[in-house]
Amino acid sequence: MYQYDQYDQRLVDERVAQFRDQTHRFLQGELTEDQFRPLRLMNGLYLQRHAPMLRVAIPYGLLSSRQLRKLADISRRYDKSVAHFTTRQNIQFNWPRLEDVPDILAELATVQMHAIQTSGACIRNVTSDPLAGVCPDEIEDPRPYCEIIRQWSTLHPEFSYLPRKFKIAVSGAAKDRAATQVHDIGLQMVKNDAGETGFEVLVGGGLGRTPIIGQTVRPFLAKADLLSYLEAVLRVYNRFGRRDNKYKARIKILLKETGIEDFTRQVEAEWAHIRGQLVLDTAEIERVKRHFTAPDYQPASAGTLETQATAEPRFDAWLRNNTTAHKIAGYRSVFLSLKPRGVPPGDVTDAQMEAIADLADRYSFGEVRATHTQNLVFADVNQDELLELWQRLATIGLATPNIGKATDMICCPGLDYCSLANASSISVAEDIYSRIDDIDYLHDLGDLRINISGCMNGCAHQSVGHIGILGVDKKGEEWYQLTLGGSSSNDASLGERLGPAVDKASVAEAVETILQTYIELRHDDEPFLDTVRRLGINPFQERVYAHH
Amino acid sequence: MPIIKNGKIVNDTWHHLADDEPASAAPCTVSVARWLREKETLVAHGGALGLRIGGGDRMEEFVGDLDQFPLVVVEFPSMVDGRGFSVARLLRERHGYQGELRARGTFILDQVFYLWRVGFDALEFAPGVALEAALPRLQEFSVRYQAAADEPRPIYRQYAR
Repeated sequence: MYQYDQYDQRLVDERVAQFRDQTHRFLQGELTEDQFRPLRLMNGLYLQRHAPMLRVAIPYGLLSSRQLRKLADISRRYDKSVAHFTTRQNIQFNWPRLEDVPDILAELATVQMHAIQTSGACIRNVTSDPLAGVCPDEIEDPRPYCEIIRQWSTLHPEFSYLPRKFKIAVSGAAKDRAATQVHDIGLQMVKNDAGETGFEVLVGGGLGRTPIIGQTVRPFLAKADLLSYLEAVLRVYNRFGRRDNKYKARIKILLKETGIEDFTRQVEAEWAHIRGQLVLDTAEIERVKRHFTAPDYQPASAGTLETQATAEPRFDAWLRNNTTAHKIAGYRSVFLSLKPRGVPPGDVTDAQMEAIADLADRYSFGEVRATHTQNLVFADVNQDELLELWQRLATIGLATPNIGKATDMICCPGLDYCSLANASSISVAEDIYSRIDDIDYLHDLGDLRINISGCMNGCAHQSVGHIGILGVDKKGEEWYQLTLGGSSSNDASLGERLGPAVDKASVAEAVETILQTYIELRHDDEPFLDTVRRLGINPFQERVYAHH
Repeated sequence: MPIIKNGKIVNDTWHHLADDEPASAAPCTVSVARWLREKETLVAHGGALGLRIGGGDRMEEFVGDLDQFPLVVVEFPSMVDGRGFSVARLLRERHGYQGELRARGTFILDQVFYLWRVGFDALEFAPGVALEAALPRLQEFSVRYQAAADEPRPIYRQYAR
């Protein structure tokens, strides 16, 4: 993975000093709350319901075991020994003290980490495919470009006070595991007719209050033009994006109001001026690529895995659900499920983080990845060691065989922690979990994405959930709107609203009814999403609202 | 009123003329709207003339006139309105404006580094800001990843990394 050089390190150190000064001035009354707000947000710091929340960047989801141990240490010393992985591959601490945040940032800087631009109206942490560099369906490893974008976007003097937040995702594989179609800019690596690799550029996707699927503004962008094109899009947005209404300030609204043709023309005209001035040099691409070399893969023995799987059905279930194919024969990528029963989705304890770090060192070359579905990945595990790894993961509660299944829910912190939330989400997830906990039933349901957000901001991406659940406040009570048929993958679509919101006590039952309806109506092993797309929402609607 | 100019605190003699205020012979700035409406009269007024730009002004309407202005002021109506950062880079890097480029408004110390990077060489803070505290912030960071008005090379061309 990328290692800081002296310049990267110096910048992060200087940023710590800057934030220490800003916090001090705020506490001294030299900065007003209105002045401090954008500054602290650009360092990932929210002032929340119970305590500040600090969001730490995990650039494109990649963590070393050393960094993970530091996060464990911080959670123990400055928090309640818990941390929360987010839907943008970041990690959050929910209980630090404001006065301690500069010290936490200083700790992070010692392991080449920071909280720069994890919130605020600026370019956020770039996200990517958690299987980057190891999946068999890859056109090119997107991580070097993610790192180049990270550096370009860090403390960008022109684009730090945008109309609203700005999120970039990069995918290098045929299957989109980075949700590029629902980002402000989605970069999908593609090959052109000449066989060169570049980027298809999508703009204007986004979730939240007005979910929209991104549109292609440029089918092929050469690598040398990556930064100039990003700068052109950002400049058009910074100048012309709406600033009069924060709910209409995202680039998706600018694109919608301008129209894709006019918007594209503006971007291309801007780009024509600057593409010659801001060239991404091949030498720089090669320099960064050298940080993402393949580890020392070892051959695996033939046949052992099959024998082990046959002998132990629980291992077999985990193997089929929680591991995936690797580009190197004899290796698999392993998902660590952060969705066991009774734990808020995405939460890990300090002890678990340390255990994960040890296991990463032992089984996966010392690296861990965070996924946007709030799980973790060991990308490079030799199949001879899978059984042992499974046993060890099981002892720390991270081997629930539910990856991509109904209980692998994406869930925001909701009313329990977040000051923006209208309704709770964690307890709803728990209610649903309790109804589909049976392992055979879970696997019979197949691939299923249930996303639960506690407010319109949609941090849990409910609008692209196969089943989306959105908490709303109705006269002080928590109600929930259900949507069906969303997806953030290659076939991206927004879920369709099922009907009137249901009260909190009825959500889990409604989900159970939807799942029962699916089981009755599906053709053979037709996945849930396909059934919904084939039949539309009517049959589900009729059943859910039958008694209303 | 003191401002920061070329890295020093200096006393400023420019007067920012309201749109309905008669022009005297003293150095004054006018809004883009007024400039477009009263170009000929303003040129004839005799004193030095500067232009005040808002983030919403259409650049193509005045960029042809830039060489008439020894001072261009970019207004920052609030600290979170970042349009002026793009306007400054365009004036410097695209339209080759060489005169004094001044940021004026409610920005705070913590934005000074960015303002300097995008090409401002003068800062007119809202009243009450201690300008001495702003001076060290012109160089708040020693690392610049991006090319901008102050540094035409991105980091990978500044250093052998």
